[in-house]
Amino acid sequence: MTGWRHDSLGRQIDRSAPLPFTFDGKPLSGFSGDTPASALLASGIRVLGRSFKYHRPRGLWGMGGEEPNAIFDVTENGHTTPNVRATTLLLREGMELRSVNTAPDAARDRMGVLDLFNRFLPGGFYYKTFMAFGWMRWEPMIRRMAGLGRLDPGHCPPADIPPVNGRCDLLVIGAGPAGLAAARAAARNGREVWLIDEAAEPGGSLRWRGGDIDGGNWREFARDTIEAVTAAGGRLLTSTTLWGAFDHGLFAAWERRDGRPDRHWRIRACETVLAAGAIERPLWFANNDLPGIMSAEAALHYLSLHGAIAGRRILLATGNDGSYPIADALAQAGCAVILADARTDPPTAPEGVEHLPAARLTGANGRNSVSGALIGDRAIEADTILVSGGYTPSVHLHCQAGGKLDWNTASDSLVPRPGSSVLRVAGAANGGFGLARALAEGHAAGGGAGPAPRVAVGDWQLTPMRPDPTLRGRQWIDPQNDVTLKDVRLAAQEGYRSVEHLKRYTTLGMATDQGRSANFAGLAAMAALTGRTIPETGTTTYRPPFSPLPLSVIGGPRRGALFNPPKRLPLEAAHKEEGATFREYGGWLRPAAYGHGDETELVQQEALAARKTVGLYDASPLGKIEVIGPGAAELLDYCNYLRISTLRPGRARYGFVLSETGIVHDDGVVLRLAEDRFIVSASSSHAASVRMIMEEARQDIFDPAKSFIHDVTAGFVTLTVTGPKSRDLLRAAELPEILCDDGSLPHMSVIETRWNGHGLRVARVSFTGDRSYELTVPARHASALRDTLETARQKVSGHWIGMEAVMILRAEKGFILVGKDTDGLTMPHDLGWGGPRVKRKDEYLGRRSLFTPEARRKDRRQLVGLETTDGKTLPTGAHLVPVDGKRRSLGFVTSSCFSPVLGRPIALALVEGGRERIGTELGLFHLGETGRVRICGSCAFDPEWERLHA
Amino acid sequence: MQVFTCPFCGPRDETEFHFAAEAGKKRPIPAEAVTDDEWADYLYMNSAPRGAAREVWLHVTCGEFFLMMRNTVTREVAEITPLRGRTG
Ligand SMILES: [Zn+2]
Repeated sequence: MTGWRHDSLGRQIDRSAPLPFTFDGKPLSGFSGDTPASALLASGIRVLGRSFKYHRPRGLWGMGGEEPNAIFDVTENGHTTPNVRATTLLLREGMELRSVNTAPDAARDRMGVLDLFNRFLPGGFYYKTFMAFGWMRWEPMIRRMAGLGRLDPGHCPPADIPPVNGRCDLLVIGAGPAGLAAARAAARNGREVWLIDEAAEPGGSLRWRGGDIDGGNWREFARDTIEAVTAAGGRLLTSTTLWGAFDHGLFAAWERRDGRPDRHWRIRACETVLAAGAIERPLWFANNDLPGIMSAEAALHYLSLHGAIAGRRILLATGNDGSYPIADALAQAGCAVILADARTDPPTAPEGVEHLPAARLTGANGRNSVSGALIGDRAIEADTILVSGGYTPSVHLHCQAGGKLDWNTASDSLVPRPGSSVLRVAGAANGGFGLARALAEGHAAGGGAGPAPRVAVGDWQLTPMRPDPTLRGRQWIDPQNDVTLKDVRLAAQEGYRSVEHLKRYTTLGMATDQGRSANFAGLAAMAALTGRTIPETGTTTYRPPFSPLPLSVIGGPRRGALFNPPKRLPLEAAHKEEGATFREYGGWLRPAAYGHGDETELVQQEALAARKTVGLYDASPLGKIEVIGPGAAELLDYCNYLRISTLRPGRARYGFVLSETGIVHDDGVVLRLAEDRFIVSASSSHAASVRMIMEEARQDIFDPAKSFIHDVTAGFVTLTVTGPKSRDLLRAAELPEILCDDGSLPHMSVIETRWNGHGLRVARVSFTGDRSYELTVPARHASALRDTLETARQKVSGHWIGMEAVMILRAEKGFILVGKDTDGLTMPHDLGWGGPRVKRKDEYLGRRSLFTPEARRKDRRQLVGLETTDGKTLPTGAHLVPVDGKRRSLGFVTSSCFSPVLGRPIALALVEGGRERIGTELGLFHLGETGRVRICGSCAFDPEWERLHA
Repeated sequence: MQVFTCPFCGPRDETEFHFAAEAGKKRPIPAEAVTDDEWADYLYMNSAPRGAAREVWLHVTCGEFFLMMRNTVTREVAEITPLRGRTG
């Protein structure tokens, strides 16, 4: 218990609003304005979690997205959000925080015993051991031990708002001094600026470091800037993480809104300034992972904003000027401060601070918390160690956008190479540490004219700090994933010298902080161990997201019913009234069956009724692609396997659309309404792609002025009347008499007539093998047609039938569904349609592919029917195998059902050399079960085709 | 997310577009005169260049096919022209 709350400092907290919360079940209290991290720091709680591998105690390190240790499962209102960073969340009343990767809690973790075995768990241990001895056996145990928070399966966080698209002249990422200066300069030039920051208020490091700009307090400067931005039509987005830079200037941002669902932004910017600042590096010494060792910058952050102070007797170890104001602030707050600077000629120390020049921190003492330190061999009494190993510029977004990095000695860091990405980088993100440089670079990046905002303070000086392989004791490089200097050495010895290999071998930088504080150390250590420079050693790739964000934010409302919404029928309500159950078929929500009760029975009754009297179904999803113009026939000849130009007006022809590889892409009927006008009835799920196949030919091969293609599927409703009494139904409906005259409207013909004051198109095509009429009207007249047919249906004892019954009727006839009874290898001659392949001499889509050696093989899979020998319905997908000899798949069952009209099961299958096998038997193999089937023709019902005309 | 400019509709998100083919490939005809190897080349052999590429793309929303010159590394779009009236 060393952390404490100062009684006056902390300008972000409201001491009149205490907030009770719990941590690992223990009741605690913070203030409004606290984060869980600051409240726990002030409460004196040090052990906040356990490391991933050794379950070592872990304490607070940082103040933002770089935090590797303080990660909690957060429960509010009974719902738990896993793996939330305690540093980036605002504390709310009643929050229950639970440490992750611990049992039973962070302070008393049972798995801590693993740490005793650390010498047996070097880098690569899991790969070597468990891959060698059967990963499958070990995986469940390792999975239980590994991982961080626990998912609450019942909790689906609200994110029901769509992403917001925005555009701006200038996007400024980061509202610290550099970002503010850039935004102000651009806004004053009248540009629309969007200024984005992760924190709840602008200011960046000014918020805790303070400072005067242009002779006034920085807050005036910030206020001024925001006013200028707003006046020029721009906006400030706070609590917003810009998490990804994508192609062509697209950026994605995640906005957190108190009490309302998070919001996702997609921002297109003409220009972008990256002013994301820098992240403090740790130092490397023995036991540098002990709770109580913190980033010095973070300590100042908590002191200034929350009045939360890490300890009473503080050792601050550094090598740069940035730590001096921190030592000063801590001393003024009442702490005993020892400032250990690695430099031999450091600047003057602040008053009241014990100063140790040329002092290198070599070790920390303590078991679960810091109890002392070693400077060289000298023991130092301290309850807290603050460290600053320099700063790493936040170049992530520059690199995500394809930018390159260069080594910069002055800032001891990799900095963006100018012009290598579309982002202009300013301030600490560019290696420009210190307020004066941040403001100057920001001002220039924002296109500012005249002098940059002025400040009184000068630039920072620093000396490089590196891991020292000669030191004794364990030096931690990645505290969350437990990677030590020794592991890096092992990787180097075993040849994993590339940083990408090092990362994968040791898991360095693969923790949820994505290597914010670890990557540089790993890189520097590998460079030191292999005698190379840091640029020679290389860097890892930066990928989105910059910080972890909930997937529900990216997904927004596109989930559940809206994930991939099906198309809806105009007559859906009428079908529901009729008792229809709806299901998705080819992207459309359609009636599966009508009425209540056992669906299998309902479907059998419907299929039988359609064979006995008449069935009525909604065929509106059937594709209706209109092709018109003097070049339409020529275009359709090219796009279809069967010639279309020989079709007479008023007639219909069944055929296929092939892909250029000769594979059956779709089947359907083409109606010729006039010399220059056709309707292509593509199947419902292929209408869009068939249209594009025809468009490509139209624009690429033919004169595009001679034909036009319109997909008018959604504009019309089609109701199909099928069955021996279908003509009686048409008569009962008092539809135009010409429709009932087989001379005027024979099978495979089409009539356009008028009915009820609008157009009515009737096609005699059949998907059931029975006399059928497809009646099509403009969608707005759907109800009139439906009501008329409904009245007539009752007179002839007809039935509404759903898609399940239609599937039976078509299977009885051996009519295929492309994609179900065909696969990615099926050609038209496999389906018994070899005629055009042999006879057509003109060019058509896919033609050459029908004559390759593959297309000529004798053992191609062909469509056949199957009869069962035991009366059982076959499982779809079951494999057909030889009766004797070695078992191998000769094909598979594509459709299978019980035919009520035949009183037996029927099935369709694709079988090697299937047509030659008709009359013979084959074995059946399905999920370990075997059986027998007889091969037959694909048409099981009415093979003489008499019913079409009955 | 890239932005492509449909010659018919103007600039739109890449999600509205489909790649159609590498430009400049001539469909070999008549089928009788085309060898298996020539046909396989036409169907399957693409140059997939690193850098400057010349491609046919489709704006799915309006159905327009067009030529696009772009750089597959920098993602820079150099030129977009309609298919109609093209020379090769
Ligand atoms: Zn377009």
